[in-house]
Amino acid sequence: MDKEYSEETIDRFQDPEYSGEIENADAVGKAGNPSCGDVLKVFLKIEDNVIKKARFKTYGCIAAIASSDELCEMLEGKTVEEARKITGKDISQELGELPPVKYHCSVLGTEALKDALDNYKEE
Amino acid sequence: MSELEVYLDNGSTTKTDSEAFEKMKPYFTEKYGNPASLHKEGKEAKKAINKSKRIIADTLNADKKEIIFTSGGTESDNLALKGIAFENKEKGKHIITTKIEHDAVLKSAKWLEEQGFKITYLDVDEEGFVDQEQLKREITDETILVSIIHGNNEIGTIQSLKELSEITHEHSKNAYFHTDACQSYTKTNLDVKEQNLDLVSINSHKIHGPKGVGALYIKKGTEIHPWQHGGGHEKGMRSGTLNTHGVVGFAEAAKNNYENKEKNIEKMTSLRDKLIEEILKIEKTKLNGPKGSKRLPNNINICFNNIEGEALSGYLNRKGIYASTGSACSSLDLEPSHVLTAIGLTKQEANSCLRITLSKYNTKEEINYVLKELPDVVKRLRDMSPL
Repeated sequence: MDKEYSEETIDRFQDPEYSGEIENADAVGKAGNPSCGDVLKVFLKIEDNVIKKARFKTYGCIAAIASSDELCEMLEGKTVEEARKITGKDISQELGELPPVKYHCSVLGTEALKDALDNYKEE
Repeated sequence: MSELEVYLDNGSTTKTDSEAFEKMKPYFTEKYGNPASLHKEGKEAKKAINKSKRIIADTLNADKKEIIFTSGGTESDNLALKGIAFENKEKGKHIITTKIEHDAVLKSAKWLEEQGFKITYLDVDEEGFVDQEQLKREITDETILVSIIHGNNEIGTIQSLKELSEITHEHSKNAYFHTDACQSYTKTNLDVKEQNLDLVSINSHKIHGPKGVGALYIKKGTEIHPWQHGGGHEKGMRSGTLNTHGVVGFAEAAKNNYENKEKNIEKMTSLRDKLIEEILKIEKTKLNGPKGSKRLPNNINICFNNIEGEALSGYLNRKGIYASTGSACSSLDLEPSHVLTAIGLTKQEANSCLRITLSKYNTKEEINYVLKELPDVVKRLRDMSPL
């Protein structure tokens, strides 16, 4: 089953460091649909326009969990503007390239992020 | 690394029996003649093919002349559907199958639809049993073939072949009855005479034989068109030099597993029922398919709410437990299993299922190890889920 996944993807999936929730998060975003097989929720702690802490909760496949974890690692330390520039391609690259059929899982991460940052602005 | 390695994906493929492997060896470097050749080397190979054919025929209560060797279950299913369709199209262009077939049948049927045949896909109930009343309603003399899977590869449902073939022959004077028995062969009763079957697809690698070989039983007198053309092997029904070593290995595995059928069924059934009973103690789980003797002795299919199937099998993989899933994410077309949706599961439920398929080689120790590890893996993924 892991024949198409890179080692980095499998490692992230097996030992995600950023799974969890943030209580009193400054921004929360969600993307996906359980009937498609993936739901991704991202929690952000933001101070002075910088993302201090990022966590995720994901219902999804190997690629979805690995993408969520990679995204959170990429987010920590970035400004809100820098975070907005992260693309699915960036996440996939960091994971050593997702199989093409799974590329949408990394895009889902950026959608949850966008949802979180949009919610943050509204506040 | 994990303590143990437990292979629980025998519905995908099995370990080749060592007896079968030993029997195959001489046919690579010593008895390597082409069974179609007339010299001594060829005759030797031909003898082995004939002997193998007799063995396979005996396991089905068929005649040796009614067995055609193929490259596997997929080819047998393709030959059965397309061969019957094209040979009998003057009598009618209607074919009946079900919504829970293996893709080898389902996609052959879809292709025939594009060629102008009319296909009816029968519904099944929530345990996966075919709607017999619907079959009676849909079948006419225009129907040339009814193709129904014997033991379902995903949810283990075993259909009552005898009743279904009786309905078929009673209600249509032109319909042949085919069954895809790749999963059920040597794991439940299969008898072409008692069950009144016209065509049966079986294969080797699901029953501890080598990969790349299978067979199609074609009842004497059945009008069928060959699908692979060439040198006219297998009496013109399936051209291509026979895979002698594969055929020999297939026959040895068939003999071995047919002779030990009752013992193997008893062993797998007891492990199966223990797994089902214990896994269902985990909260928010549901068994797909029936319980008891109408379920393949080696099949378990469980839905775990709020967990995606590929992630579950991915974590089990890390524990050395190898199973499979019907989730959309694990498939190339990103659609959840058509079998799970046909028995009424929502897409989300279908994405949350795990299939465990046993073999005669699995042990109580292995099952205990799975039961020790599985609840933790389920908890871990549920903790991670936002649902």
